[in-house]
This record gives sequence, structure tokens and C-alpha cells, in this order.
Amino acid sequence: MTPLRASIVGVIASLVLLVIVLELVRGRRLKERYALLWLATGGVLLVLSAWRGALNTIAGWVGVETYPPAVLFAVATLFILLVLLHYSTVISRLSDQNVVLAQRLALLEAKLRDKD
Amino acid sequence: MTRTRIVAIVPALNEEGIIGKVVDEIRAVSPEIDVVVVDDASSDETAAVARSHGATVLRLPFNVGIGGAVQTGFRYALAEEYDRAVRLDGDGQHDAREIPKLLEPVECGEADLVIGSRFAEGEASYRPPFARRIGIRVFARLVSLLSGQHVTDTTSGFVALDRVGIELFAREYPHDYPEVEATLVALRSGLRLAQVQVEMRERETGASSITFVRSLYYIVKVLLALLVSSLRRYPRLQGTSR
Repeated sequence: MTPLRASIVGVIASLVLLVIVLELVRGRRLKERYALLWLATGGVLLVLSAWRGALNTIAGWVGVETYPPAVLFAVATLFILLVLLHYSTVISRLSDQNVVLAQRLALLEAKLRDKD
Repeated sequence: MTRTRIVAIVPALNEEGIIGKVVDEIRAVSPEIDVVVVDDASSDETAAVARSHGATVLRLPFNVGIGGAVQTGFRYALAEEYDRAVRLDGDGQHDAREIPKLLEPVECGEADLVIGSRFAEGEASYRPPFARRIGIRVFARLVSLLSGQHVTDTTSGFVALDRVGIELFAREYPHDYPEVEATLVALRSGLRLAQVQVEMRERETGASSITFVRSLYYIVKVLLALLVSSLRRYPRLQGTSR
């Protein structure tokens, strides 16, 4: 069984994550597009922390017999990996766009200089 | 008195087949209206076709999405000091002949934002697919609830703005799936709203940008944006268009 204290800490930690993410979006420091995965992370962790039966069942499925909260760590790690992977794709797109911007600026500068 | 300057903002992505006709139709409504096509990095001849039909073309260096494209138009309208802006889609689904009807509440000084609504007068002839109809209804109800005003159509891309509206949207406009959130931001900023019944035509060429896969992201993103927007404070803008 999951210790009650571990569940409580899990619930509090996921709630804190959810509140921080929402507050960042509200203050326009995080765009909705990039907040969704974080909100999903917080939501899933919240459900698994609060719904102890589900956590124990999932622990049974994946063969974690001694300490079910280990599944919480595994799920959290999985989501963090997903967020990181998502960010890698975002950075790739941004760097491509940055190159295009620099190229367009160079062409524009040349055209402006020709006019002088 | 100087004449009122009006700009039509037309976002377009790969619409070479119809953009010429769209530009012609707007210019046929009134020669007073300047047409600005915002080309969101099309891979076809959209920009060249629009230019040859007499539009000013703003070409984005890469695809920024519909919201960013439309906002480019609002920024242009602000920088070029236009008094009125009309936004309509580059796929020909909005009927340019309805532009004067849309501008009327602005001309009378009654509204800062006019939405061309498909449902302003109850059931229209426009019947979107079932799932879409439900979505349109739910978003309209939600925005009505959050703004305290009765809004019939928040997903319409056919809108008219006065100077106050142009200034607001030039500064603040969501980047993806913008219409619903933009409506709420406008109402919460104190813009006066009018709604005019319009018809939407079926698409003639090209493909709609909303695919089934993206619908889920659309719904979740808009719901989150509405929730967060209603938690924000917006400075009240005065309707000073008279």
C-alpha cells in the first residue's frame, strides 16, 4: 500500500505545480501552447496521488510490488522527458526561423543600401 | 474634414486560386477601401496574384499562424493610421458585399467591434457539421457568461473595427485559434460590440486549416485561454471613435 503521507505530499506538490503554471500563463510569461503539457503533467500526478487505489493497481500491472509511489516517480519522469522532447522540437523550429529572419534582414539591408 | 480611411485585412495561406477574386470583390464594393493581404508564408503564388490584383501584400518570412498573420494587418492599420479595419478570410468564405453592413455600426459611432455573426438572427442558412456547431455554441455561451454580454458567434473571422479596436488588437491578439479569446479580450477591455447577420459561403478551393487532429488542441487551448483571460485584468478603453 501507498503510505498516506506520500499521497498527501504528492497531492500538494501537483497542486503547487498547477497553480504555478496557471499563474505564469496569467502573467503572460508562459504561452498557453507551452503550458498544456505542464498542466497535463500536474493533472495526471494529482490524480495518481489522490486516487490511491489506481496507483496501487498500476503498480501491480508494472510489477512494482514493494513500493507503489515509485510509479509516481516513473510517471513524473516520463512527463518531464516528454516536455523536454517537445522543447527540443520548439528550439529547432525557432533556430530555423531565426536563420530565415537573419537572411531576410540581410536582403532588406542590401536593397535599402542600393536606394541611397 | 479628411475622409475616413478604411483598410481590409485579408490573411491568406496558399490561396492563389481564389485570392484574386477576393481582392477584386472587396475593391468592387468601394474604391475607398485599401486591401492588405497578409501572406502567411504561402508556398504558392498567393502574394504575386494578390499584388497583381491591386492589393498591398505583407509577406511573412515564415508561417506564424492565423492570429499572428491577422495581427500583422492590425499593426499595419495602426502604423498607417487607418480609421477603420475590416478583417475577412482569404479563402472567399466571407462575402465582401456585406462589408458596408458590417461597417455601419462603426460609422454610426455605436460600436468599436462589429462581428459578422452567422447566428445573430436565430437559425441561419449556414449549417456547419454537427460537432462544429456544438463547439461554436459552447464557445459563444462561455464568452457570453464571462463577459456578461450576449454574444452569438465568437468563431467568426469576419469583423470590423474602429480606431480603438485597431489599437487594442495591434497590441494584443492571440497567436493560434485567436477569434474566441480576442472577442473576450475586446469585451473585457470595454469595447462596444455590435453583431450583424452575415452569410458564409462554402469554400471554393484550398483546404480548411482545421483538421480533425487539431480540433482537440483547439478546444483545450481555447478553454485554457478563456479561463486565464477571465483571471486577468484589462484596462478599460474608451469608445472615442465619434
